[in-house]
Amino acid sequence: MTRRLQSYGRYGQMWLMLVRHAERLSGSYDRGMPHSLPSDQLAPGSDASAPGSDPFVVAGRTYASRLMIGTGKFSSHAVMREALLASAADLVTVALRRVDLDDPGDALLESVPAGMTLLPNTSGAVDASEALRLARLGRAATGTPLVKLEVTPDPRTLAPDPIETLRAAELMVADGFTVLPYCSADPVLCRHLEEAGCATVMPLGAWIGSNRGLRTRDAIEVIVAQAGVPVVVDAGLGVPSDAAEAMEIGADAVLVNTAIAVAGDPVRMARAFALATEAGRLGWRAGRGAQSEVAHASSPLTGFLG
Amino acid sequence: MSAPPGGFAQHLAQLAPPAIGDVDGAMARPSLDALPTLLQPGVPLEALAQRARETTLQRFGRTVRLFAPLYVSNACLSSCTYCGFAKGLDVARRTLTVDEVEVEARTLVDRGFRHLLLVAGEHRLEVSADYLVACLERLRPLVPSLSVETQTWSDDTYARMVASGLEGVVHYQETYDRERYAETHLAGWKRDYDRRLTSTERAAEAGVRRLGIGALLGLSADWRADVRAVAEHAVWLQKRYWRTEVTVSLPRIKPSASGFQPLVPVTDAEYVQALSALRLVAPEAGIVLSTRESAALRDGLVRIAVTTMSAGSSTEPGGYGTPGQAQEQFSISDERSPADVAAMIEAAGYEPVWKDAFTLVDP
Repeated sequence: MTRRLQSYGRYGQMWLMLVRHAERLSGSYDRGMPHSLPSDQLAPGSDASAPGSDPFVVAGRTYASRLMIGTGKFSSHAVMREALLASAADLVTVALRRVDLDDPGDALLESVPAGMTLLPNTSGAVDASEALRLARLGRAATGTPLVKLEVTPDPRTLAPDPIETLRAAELMVADGFTVLPYCSADPVLCRHLEEAGCATVMPLGAWIGSNRGLRTRDAIEVIVAQAGVPVVVDAGLGVPSDAAEAMEIGADAVLVNTAIAVAGDPVRMARAFALATEAGRLGWRAGRGAQSEVAHASSPLTGFLG
Repeated sequence: MSAPPGGFAQHLAQLAPPAIGDVDGAMARPSLDALPTLLQPGVPLEALAQRARETTLQRFGRTVRLFAPLYVSNACLSSCTYCGFAKGLDVARRTLTVDEVEVEARTLVDRGFRHLLLVAGEHRLEVSADYLVACLERLRPLVPSLSVETQTWSDDTYARMVASGLEGVVHYQETYDRERYAETHLAGWKRDYDRRLTSTERAAEAGVRRLGIGALLGLSADWRADVRAVAEHAVWLQKRYWRTEVTVSLPRIKPSASGFQPLVPVTDAEYVQALSALRLVAPEAGIVLSTRESAALRDGLVRIAVTTMSAGSSTEPGGYGTPGQAQEQFSISDERSPADVAAMIEAAGYEPVWKDAFTLVDP
């Protein structure tokens, strides 16, 4: 068993090195990883921890936070608003089906703090044409070209439909939307979505609302390594350490809703997710040391030999 | 002439008799097979309710969806022994015109509702497919979520209504016990047990995306068997029609012009037990609670298992704008206004959701 793990481990490391080398050559999306320096040469206080040096950019626009928040399932608009403020999130996603688009003073939209960026989503859409129709209604009412694409024909798992999501992405990009698609943690699908012109990919960490954590870690690692657009882990993150884990393996951002909304204290949990997201990001940028199955003394006994 | 038994009818016929097992085991691993055990006397109700609450919170969050029934007609050609609309009862009958339906809908929209359920007796001439399609077409620009609770229809009619913007269909089987069904449904379309039961499947196949099923507790002497059948039905539908959302409801018989008395009263504690157990074995099914139940019971059940509620309901055609002209179907218990019910939901720590849908067909 150990031998098997070792062989997978070596293979995995070699594979990641190849991907990173290819990234350097092609100059593709900069994940913020200081891969030009061996991790042990990164000096304390270098740019990894300097504020403002690590912008999160989606479709040419910089966002202040790498934590996105969903607005469903909260006990009240007031609690949601307090949680949003505590999270210091920038991008806030709102289900268009919950918004009264004819009402300029819609209570849900009014509860999103000023200065945060509204990311309307197509939750409830069951196919591509319905998602496009809903997105157009949302754009007409809110004025934003941003859309979080969700196509979930199965009301039980709310699993994203890969076929209809890709189809919708193509239609929406052609129609001028900036598309952030919620999708399965499938590296090939993410390639297709990127080629279709999506601004991000948003693979799920676990079933939406499940609070089960980063169950798709292996797939997310591959998606992160290959993606040329920001990777946002969406759905399933249950506790702050799940967000940190996603960020530590190189996700560019996370999106959290249920874990905050149904927590005993949603406001405190929102703050905790904000800290964990930032900590995970710093950890990724710092570059972890190599893993080993045996102990290595941090002060070698033979160091005096020079 | 009876319709041939449908898919779920076969499933129900082949269902093993209820096996009563160990309560602790059933609580630890709730499942359809464990449901008869969870419905037995002696099950620790508080623990059951706590488990149900956790499941409801995770799946549905701290939200409760609100809807209103809009009774369009109490004309009826069916004779059901428990119903205030039954054919032959000497009561004031009224079928709203499409214009009157719109007036009622506007009243409900002004009260905040964006989910309406059009309800009618079973009268295929007064409440025809054409009439319902006309109602849906008229209301579509006003109301994003439209459902119907009427007689059963052919596939073509369901498909026509879907094309007109219909989102949901509600067909309660009332009781899944064939003998008791025959005793209480004396004449009309509704007398046909299998037609009734398979109509939900026809609606799903026609593209209806929300199906409401349920049993009228107190109609059959064995309410536990009906709760089990509802749970089996919900899960069977969810597996077979994976695109379709299923909601369940367990109304209890209320006083009506029929004078019907329930065979066996279901106590409040048994009712809470039934809904809690249903939540655990069908965690993805929405649970609907109407104003038939008392304010106190509704307030309590919001915290346990219920995900969808009506509020400020009238069960009389035209009852919102022009009440007193027609017979109501049954007496409601919770007479609070929609705003008061919403305030109660907020006080319980939940958000009342007035709109959770979008118009399916362009107005």
